[in-house]
Amino acid sequence: MSSQDIPEETLPSAQGAHEGVVATAGDPFADPGLPPHEPRIQDIDERAAKRSERVVAFLFMLSMLATVGFIASYVTLPVDKSIYVFPIGHISALNFALGLTLGVALFCIGAGAVHWARTLMSDVEHADERHPIEASPETKAKVLADFAQGAEESGFGRRKLLRNTMFGAMALLPLSAVVLFRDLGPLPGTKLRKTAWSEGKMLINQNTLQPLRPEDIQVGSLTFAMPEGMKEEDHDFQQEIAKAALMIVRLRPENIKDKRELDWSADGIVAFSKICTHVGCPISLYEQQTHHVLCPCHQSTFDLSDGGRVIFGPAGHALPQLRIKVNDKGYLEAMGDFAEPVGPAFWERG
Amino acid sequence: MSTATHSSRKAPAGERVADWADGRLGIYSLAKVNMRKIFPDHWSFMLGEVCLYSFVIIILTGVYLTMFFHPSMNEVVYHGTYEPLQGVHMSEAFKSTLDISFDVRGGLLIRQIHHWAALIFLAGMFVHMMRVFFTGAFRKPREVNWLFGFLLFVLGMFTGFTGYSLPDDLLSGTGVRFMEGAILSVPIIGTYISMFLFGGEFPGSDFVPRFFSIHVLLLPGIMLGLLVAHLILVFYHKHTQFPGPGRKNENVVGMPLLPVYMAKAGGFFFLVFGVIAAIAAIATINPIWAMGPYRPDQVSTGAQPDWYMGFAEGLIRVMPGWEINVWGHTFVLGVFIPLVIFPLVLGAIAVYPFIESWVTGDKREHHLLDRPRNAPTRTAFGAAWIAAYFVMLVGGGNDLWATHFHLSINAITWFVRVGFFVIPVLTFIATRRICMGLQRRDRDKVLHGRESGIIKRLPHGEFVEVHEPLSQDQLHTLTAHEQPKPLELEPEVDENGVARKIGATQKLRVKLSKGFYGEGTQIPKATAEEYQEITSGHGHH
Amino acid sequence: MKKLSARRRHPLAAVVVLLFALAVTGGLYAAFAPADTAKADDTAQSLAIEEGKKLYSVGCASCHGTGGQGTSDGPSLVGVGSAAVDFQVATGRMPLQQQGAQAPRKKTVYTQAEIDQLAAYIASLGAGPVAPTKSQYSPDGADIAKGGELFRTNCAQCHNFTGKGGALSNGKYAPTLEGVNPKHIYEAMQTGPQNMPSFPDTTMSEKNKKDIIAYLDTVNSDKTKSPGGLELGGLGPVSEGLFAWIFGLGALVAVAIWVAAHTAKAKKS
Repeated sequence: MSSQDIPEETLPSAQGAHEGVVATAGDPFADPGLPPHEPRIQDIDERAAKRSERVVAFLFMLSMLATVGFIASYVTLPVDKSIYVFPIGHISALNFALGLTLGVALFCIGAGAVHWARTLMSDVEHADERHPIEASPETKAKVLADFAQGAEESGFGRRKLLRNTMFGAMALLPLSAVVLFRDLGPLPGTKLRKTAWSEGKMLINQNTLQPLRPEDIQVGSLTFAMPEGMKEEDHDFQQEIAKAALMIVRLRPENIKDKRELDWSADGIVAFSKICTHVGCPISLYEQQTHHVLCPCHQSTFDLSDGGRVIFGPAGHALPQLRIKVNDKGYLEAMGDFAEPVGPAFWERG
Repeated sequence: MSTATHSSRKAPAGERVADWADGRLGIYSLAKVNMRKIFPDHWSFMLGEVCLYSFVIIILTGVYLTMFFHPSMNEVVYHGTYEPLQGVHMSEAFKSTLDISFDVRGGLLIRQIHHWAALIFLAGMFVHMMRVFFTGAFRKPREVNWLFGFLLFVLGMFTGFTGYSLPDDLLSGTGVRFMEGAILSVPIIGTYISMFLFGGEFPGSDFVPRFFSIHVLLLPGIMLGLLVAHLILVFYHKHTQFPGPGRKNENVVGMPLLPVYMAKAGGFFFLVFGVIAAIAAIATINPIWAMGPYRPDQVSTGAQPDWYMGFAEGLIRVMPGWEINVWGHTFVLGVFIPLVIFPLVLGAIAVYPFIESWVTGDKREHHLLDRPRNAPTRTAFGAAWIAAYFVMLVGGGNDLWATHFHLSINAITWFVRVGFFVIPVLTFIATRRICMGLQRRDRDKVLHGRESGIIKRLPHGEFVEVHEPLSQDQLHTLTAHEQPKPLELEPEVDENGVARKIGATQKLRVKLSKGFYGEGTQIPKATAEEYQEITSGHGHH
Repeated sequence: MKKLSARRRHPLAAVVVLLFALAVTGGLYAAFAPADTAKADDTAQSLAIEEGKKLYSVGCASCHGTGGQGTSDGPSLVGVGSAAVDFQVATGRMPLQQQGAQAPRKKTVYTQAEIDQLAAYIASLGAGPVAPTKSQYSPDGADIAKGGELFRTNCAQCHNFTGKGGALSNGKYAPTLEGVNPKHIYEAMQTGPQNMPSFPDTTMSEKNKKDIIAYLDTVNSDKTKSPGGLELGGLGPVSEGLFAWIFGLGALVAVAIWVAAHTAKAKKS
């Protein structure tokens, strides 16, 4: 990508020759140079300067007062005191007082300093010369020569065995760091394929923590369930509920378009995974008239009357359905685990 | 190098301390170069300072928060001050965040300053980056510093993400779940990375402590290093400036560090801190108590990331759900493609300086800024990039757009799907035309003067507006920019009649150069001859 | 293109552009605004059935049919219960003003007495959920924290963490629960109005519902505490981001302009 193959005259510098340094008399656009400094009111009127001084001093004093106010608020206001401030609302008195006093204390220091700089410090503009970043040819030549000498003295180029073994050693070393990361977590195994559901586990209503009976569930209602035997105190509750969470609705059997869905339902009650097949948000924005369920995170929409098929959004496959039946005691129970992995798709899912 | 004059005069105490330090640190030589260093005045040059100061504020408040925050996912039952969560199971991380908010005096304020400053830090970096882009400040010798700045922006995004995930609340947990799903979509190694990152299955009990070290140590450490390098380079290169009388590529005009900029920049730190503290007093941010602790089977509508991740959120929301199953494996394109587009779009703006310098073949140093109108193609590219970014931000908030403007979420999603490709193109065309319109106006102004607003009636009854000629300062300022010419392909046969090969890259380069600077991309600026012809001939209309 | 360029300085050009822009905006809005037909269900039953019937034939029969059997414009009201009628009419959703994605909450047309009559009539058409009594929906003595957990499991996915509402598909939405009478919240859970699923007592007990109402009363009412300051709509990071850009960065840019501006000179040049 060198520029050597570009003719010199197309480079912008060669076109305008607009150096702006020498103002030729004939050039109406020539750089007139820095304009002369014009004084501010404060520079010529001592009273104006005094006024500025008083403003700055006032700001600094206001800051001191605000800091005192901060400490006073910290000491006197109880942490749970709530006050009504129009139009903000019922807010913590302490947070409001501390924040405002701190804000004023800081802002006034800044405003004072800036006002000082703007009105009382000299505003004469200076010009600093710039120097090219690139080194002079002599410097460059010296550095290259030094480097060549150093490289020569090290024998780096001649003693190939030394060089290659050193590279080898250094290339191998980071592997120990890589190995160390192995114990960050277990291998995936079949973890993503199994959930807490298995044959005979009853569906427990998450609201009442009671097993669900088919007559509890009406057409148009929405119920969430977890497998029997799961408790919020369990150490693995979060991992398990992340896969096992269930969403139960009842459809009129004639409304179920998918044959397998009908086979896997019990009296029109269908149980779908609550975990979105896109990236795993708990879906469940169930629209009871359309039987659509929407994910609040990325708007994947599934049709619960048609095998959980995706009808909109970024999800790539249907919601897994859990096969259920009514057991001898009249409760709903699972007929096994999900037939496919729940939640987001992954490479080994197949 | 201290050549202390052993005169009878006894140096004042301050000088003696400075002497002591100079003998060990060489501060006099350092100060000689820097104490009266010149900085040009322009409000947009202070955007970087907004970022610097909000970063400092974030570090200060962040250190305070670590004293009270417990980065642990051990399950506890809450019995604290906040009534609506009494008896609820939650992680220690969530509980300690509640305690910071309700029981530590001033804890809520510091938490809110920390989070508000983070949003402003990222917004500031975005605007600062755009200022540098649109004025061409990224050109040689500042390309490396441009990259440092870009890296700071990207690292800032991830520091923010790991930070707001720490309280383990229902909103941020949903974001972490999304991240896990995105990792799972990576072919071959996705499941392994996920297991290693979360120490097993999601959510596990490891991610908060791990995110904690990344958030407070690893990423800020790298950022601090980059930041220092960024500032050293700003000092070393000296600041750029806009063209104007006396302002040349070889100088920098402004006021000295001591005292003016010491006061202005130092004062600005307090101003920034003061504004953010006041915001934290007035407006709440991330009220985790209202969201509740994370549970993977619970969710709220309107689950969005902080604004700087909204662009990624948009990509993931509007992507169609493509998924391919072959040979027993799944390509999760619906998630993986956005994951790939995300760095590509960000990278497009990062590599632009290198593309521009390759196309122009320009190897000179540039310290005078371009006005955006005078580089129409660059300005149009930047505007198109921002358009793409904002279209995706709209996509990321499609649910709130739907409820607040009574629109259909599906229609917005389709609008964004199409808009991501169409709107940047339209923006590019429109911006370039606007730039040329402005160039044309500048040219008219130079040649015919400023419209004075005074209407004069000529003897024969015609009304004309009197145009005032510009001062030489203004004439110079409006004509100081360069107008590069496009590259030309060298003839296929050189002067000796020998055919030479012209590579495909060279052809591409010439083509791009024509697109950048060729016909219809800029209005020729007024020349001295034109000006003299008009002014001497009383050529006013 | 040339012609266009020549005419853009025409005095009427701005007017033309403005009209064009308005037309485009309006057209786009029409294209994006949801235009589905409303499906709203209701019903009622009880005491002054006769009065209710009169009111019904004037205000409701055109869509729901003369005997509440439903038409193509409105669903059947047989068996929807007095709770559904009270919810739909007392929140102003019924009578419907115009077809749309869903019936919005608006000013109530009938008095509570008339609503009760309507409810009595509809309830007489077939048994359904009965409007709750005060003791059922009053938040007194309920478990707020349990209500919060129930809310996050059952309601927050559509109505947001603290009931600020959210979007559903194709222009439908879950409305905000701000300022909604606890009675109506209770009835909504019982009956599942429009596209909202129902949460009958068999799966969500009376106690559960009371807890949820108590939670909402704490986190989403005019006496709700927002210790940190302005709630910004309670909508999460989007409104926070907007606030940070407009008021945060906006204020800082204003300050920066002041810091960098040249101080006024003694004589105006």
